[in-house]
Amino acid sequence: MNKNKEQLLNKRYKAEQRFRLYGLSAIFMALLFLTIFIFKIFSTGYSAFQKTWLIVPVTFDAELMMLDQNPSKEDLQDADYYDIALKSMADLDPNANEDQENELKRMVSYFFEKEIKNELLNDPNLIGKTKEVYLTASDDLDQVFKGNYPRDLTEDQRRVSDYQLKIFDQLVANGKVESKFNISFFTNADSREAELAGIASSFMGSIFSILVCLMIAFPVAVLAAIYLEEFAPKNRFTDFIEVNINNLAAVPSIVFGLLGLGVLLAIFQLPRSTPLVGGITLSLMTLPTIIIAARASLKAVPPSIREAALAMGASRMQTTMHHTVPLSMPGTLSGTIIGLAQALGETAPLILIGMVAFVNTIPGSPMDPAASLPVQIYIWAESAERGFVEKVSACIMVLLGFLIIMNLFAQIIRHKFEKKWS
Amino acid sequence: MIKIKAKDVDVFYGKKQALFNISLDIEENQVTALIGPSGCGKSTFLRCLNRMNDVIDICSVKGEILINDFNINDKSCDVVRLREKIGMVFQKPNPFPKTLYENVSYGPTIHGMAQSKQEMDEIVENSLKKAALWEEVKDRLHEPGTGLSGGQQQRLCIARAISVRPEVILMDEPCSALDPIATAQIEELIDELKKEHTIIIVTHSMAQAARVSQNTGFFHLGQLIEHGSTDKIFKNPDNKKTQDYITGRFG
Repeated sequence: MNKNKEQLLNKRYKAEQRFRLYGLSAIFMALLFLTIFIFKIFSTGYSAFQKTWLIVPVTFDAELMMLDQNPSKEDLQDADYYDIALKSMADLDPNANEDQENELKRMVSYFFEKEIKNELLNDPNLIGKTKEVYLTASDDLDQVFKGNYPRDLTEDQRRVSDYQLKIFDQLVANGKVESKFNISFFTNADSREAELAGIASSFMGSIFSILVCLMIAFPVAVLAAIYLEEFAPKNRFTDFIEVNINNLAAVPSIVFGLLGLGVLLAIFQLPRSTPLVGGITLSLMTLPTIIIAARASLKAVPPSIREAALAMGASRMQTTMHHTVPLSMPGTLSGTIIGLAQALGETAPLILIGMVAFVNTIPGSPMDPAASLPVQIYIWAESAERGFVEKVSACIMVLLGFLIIMNLFAQIIRHKFEKKWS
Repeated sequence: MIKIKAKDVDVFYGKKQALFNISLDIEENQVTALIGPSGCGKSTFLRCLNRMNDVIDICSVKGEILINDFNINDKSCDVVRLREKIGMVFQKPNPFPKTLYENVSYGPTIHGMAQSKQEMDEIVENSLKKAALWEEVKDRLHEPGTGLSGGQQQRLCIARAISVRPEVILMDEPCSALDPIATAQIEELIDELKKEHTIIIVTHSMAQAARVSQNTGFFHLGQLIEHGSTDKIFKNPDNKKTQDYITGRFG
């Protein structure tokens, strides 16, 4: 009898130990995946935050720029910089033939003419003088400098010619190649050229979309939740609505994209590719998430608080607004932020409403065409050029950073509200 | 003088009847205790008196309850005004998660009873004094009410209830979550409060009923078995069931 009991006890302990082991290994697996994922993204993406510059001496020859003596500001604006830009690149190798000069030109971004122009606009006294100017290296050389470029391929399999590599190596040896923090990644809009492409447009697009989404989804969802939870009679009709809201939360996001396409664009003729339409579409998606979170946190408010207020002679409205809703706010807000975070990462519906278009301007309002961060990732991941590989990872890092900040914000709000009354 | 007159009150939860034909008169400025075993309907009856049963969807109340000769089950009765006149203290202390001051000033604020900050301060101070809590909390009026001890919280709830100067105070087992010392304080307080208010208290403790009340009603299975002066109920009840319950043979 006694022995039997001991065996049972041992069995119980063993079962518990096994269970702990399963739990620990599950957590370990999850952490492992997470670490691999983050390591992969960081190791590919970190180099996108660096940009390679070629330091090239430029002679600001007034004659080549077709400038008169004592040029005005407008003259400088309208001057022809192409020839001096070409010449300064060609001068890198005095013995270059015509083909090679062309190759030399392609060692920098097509933006180089503007970079030289800006240099002169900043300092008009440079006319007639020579100055070393920082020019953005082409994306392929950028990759070469970062060590991401397979130099051992034969020349016809590479986009960088042997000649370009030779000149580039000379420049490196002379210290005329420099790597600096890539500001343009944050200030430029998208571009077909990897070395110039940035996330400004998609970042602003995402922010505008989220704001539109928040402004529509939050009030509507909170009002719906309050009505359903505090005022609506409990009958078949409200049950039906509740079931539908729950179902709505499970609808694939692309369906909402079709809705946006069919209703917002086709019927209401709202402007295509804009954060306004994107935000409205995302708000449809976020709505059920917020309603469910808000209802859950309203339900979690102890009934005794409602009774206390009602017994004091507060009306239903006063009870709700003075007591129930403020107490449910932390939960509602964190639900809202979770919903917004979901919306932030959503790609499919935005592709359908046209936010996948190539946008090389930075939107100033929700009515301007824009991309969004996840769609930007998608667009870049599709691009063939080697330079976009690191951009994809870098963009993911920005998106993740954005999400972390949002979640942090949710935590802070929640903490602040709850601390007061704990 | 009769303050509340209940006539043939029936209460249903859905199809289930919880109270049968309750008729009970409640005297002004006295303490009436409602006793009986769990589930006998005494709390349900108490909640009829300020129409708190309205909150429960499936609950329906039939019959007349006259307070100052006005039937509160009448359609013309406004529950907000009714509950201003009839305060309630619950079983579990349920202060609002706000400051002590806000807890007490809430009722006067929503009923517009104070014209100035000064007047409100007075109401808060008086209510807390009447609830015998002022001395303990006067230095921390702006701290959360939920930070008090259980007994203090319950007295805060009493202060909150009397802040709107109700004519009647309903107490639903106000001491069941409290220790003996806190219970004694509340009982003392009830004795004090009956000078200005009519009090109806539901209690599980017969000793408490005997200590604080002048009248007692005994409920059993949804029926009012017997009511009368506390002395009579406890010493010389008419009904055998009452006697059995009082002497602890069931319940």
